[in-house]
Amino acid sequence: MKVTVCIGSSCHIKGSRQVVEQLQYLIGENNLGDKVELGGTFCMGKCQQGVCVTVDGEFYSVSPETVEAFFTENIKAKL
Amino acid sequence: MRKFDTKVQYLKYKVLREVAHQAWEDTLLQNLLDIPQMIVPGKTSTMRCCVYKERAILGERVKIAMGGNKENPNIIEVIDIACDECPAAGYEVTDSCRGCLAHRCEDVCKRGAISFDHNHVAHIDKSKCVECGQCAKVCPYSAIINRKRPCQIACKIKAISINEDNAAAIDNNKCIQCGACVYQCPFGAITDKSYILNVIDIIKKSENNQKYKVYAMVAPSISSQFNYAKLGQVISGLKELGFYTVVEAALGADMVAMAESKELSEKGFLTSSCCPAFVQYVKSSFPALLPFVSHNLSPMATLAKYIKETDGNAKVIFIGPCTAKKAEAQLDSVKPYIDSVLTFEELQALYDSKDIDITSLPEDVLDNASYYGRIFARSGGLSDAVAQGLREQNIEFDLKPAACDGIEACKVALLKKSKNVLDANFIEGMACIGGCIGGAGCLTHGDKNKTDVDKYGREALEKTIGEAVSVLK
Repeated sequence: MKVTVCIGSSCHIKGSRQVVEQLQYLIGENNLGDKVELGGTFCMGKCQQGVCVTVDGEFYSVSPETVEAFFTENIKAKL
Repeated sequence: MRKFDTKVQYLKYKVLREVAHQAWEDTLLQNLLDIPQMIVPGKTSTMRCCVYKERAILGERVKIAMGGNKENPNIIEVIDIACDECPAAGYEVTDSCRGCLAHRCEDVCKRGAISFDHNHVAHIDKSKCVECGQCAKVCPYSAIINRKRPCQIACKIKAISINEDNAAAIDNNKCIQCGACVYQCPFGAITDKSYILNVIDIIKKSENNQKYKVYAMVAPSISSQFNYAKLGQVISGLKELGFYTVVEAALGADMVAMAESKELSEKGFLTSSCCPAFVQYVKSSFPALLPFVSHNLSPMATLAKYIKETDGNAKVIFIGPCTAKKAEAQLDSVKPYIDSVLTFEELQALYDSKDIDITSLPEDVLDNASYYGRIFARSGGLSDAVAQGLREQNIEFDLKPAACDGIEACKVALLKKSKNVLDANFIEGMACIGGCIGGAGCLTHGDKNKTDVDKYGREALEKTIGEAVSVLK
């Protein structure tokens, strides 16, 4: 599974660093390092909905507050 | 609203703007020969002896705006017919000499080059004079002046000579393409090749970023430029031009600071590799010191590499203060990552070629890098960042930086190092005075630029290098 987080300016200001760090932590915590490939990209063209995240191409709007629920529902549950 | 330091820059800008305008409209080919007349209409000359010479020179400027002479590998080109063949006689006694009694000039001259005629007026014997300038310093009437060409004064590495036609000539083996002569020539006879058409072509063929995405990567010195508008408006303007997104080269600087501090601790001595003019200078004049140049790519190339690795469908255009970056982008090690390079001067021309008034645009955001990445733009910033990189990685290393401000200072440090008498273990080599904010491609230069860069640095969301690069994993 490929998870991409937008690290462009707009998403960065909305907390993409926190999202990346929490995802890294959660992936490690759940031992999913070999199943989930976490990457970054600059801008997905949907700055209004940031922090923008895609899971195998499917788009999600995430924030540092919702990242844990997002991980449980859309990453962990789908593996 | 002052956009440029000099009228030479303004003239160059007018040519670039017109060439770009015609290119957007797809009318460049049919209107090419009319551009000089569009810029200088009528019959009255405004700059030179006659309108015909002005237009002939403008014709040459149009060529350079379109990429210049393909046979000449140097980014910096001399427009022979624009060169005013300035006097270059060296120290001369002028009419202000009053034939005084003191003769301080004679006493101070160690070569005995000064003599006096029957009116007691001083004369300099050119066969004895070594151009030390002491006589000029001691004359109470400032009657002795140094007639040296501004281009030759600007070129501290002595790459400019005078050719058989009495025009300036650049030695391509020595030239580091820093652009100091470009900024200093009062007649605008030396100028940097432009790739503005290349950039327009890339943007157009992207078909609104559908075919591929066009990234603008801006140098941190942008914070000291376009000061008639807000930085956020400059960013909006780039998107208005058709760029997909804008990223800070300063994030590349953060990446470099981490890698370079580690490399320094392993090797014990290092010079920076960020400034392409400095690296070229080491290559051409101090080849024995090449192994000490950091093996890291520059911040520009480092971040562009990251972008291309994460987005296979990206084109990256670097926008900065630097003419030497245009040459760096052509190196085999950098070519795959950077598709074209623009200066701030060219960006201003690009905005106006599409009648984009950036002051009327909303403010977009720019935030990718840390304070340390951003202050790379000014002298001393890179050394501060390397010190911080060592701290953040808990590396025990007693950093002794030599922050070289301008190519003359670089020369001194490199000379000392080659004789093993340099009291430093890290050379921060910046070819321009003040660092990148002194670059030849800047719209304006001044003391305030450093303050602007520092302020922009402090505004960064991320306070440490580690925080800024953590998103890249």
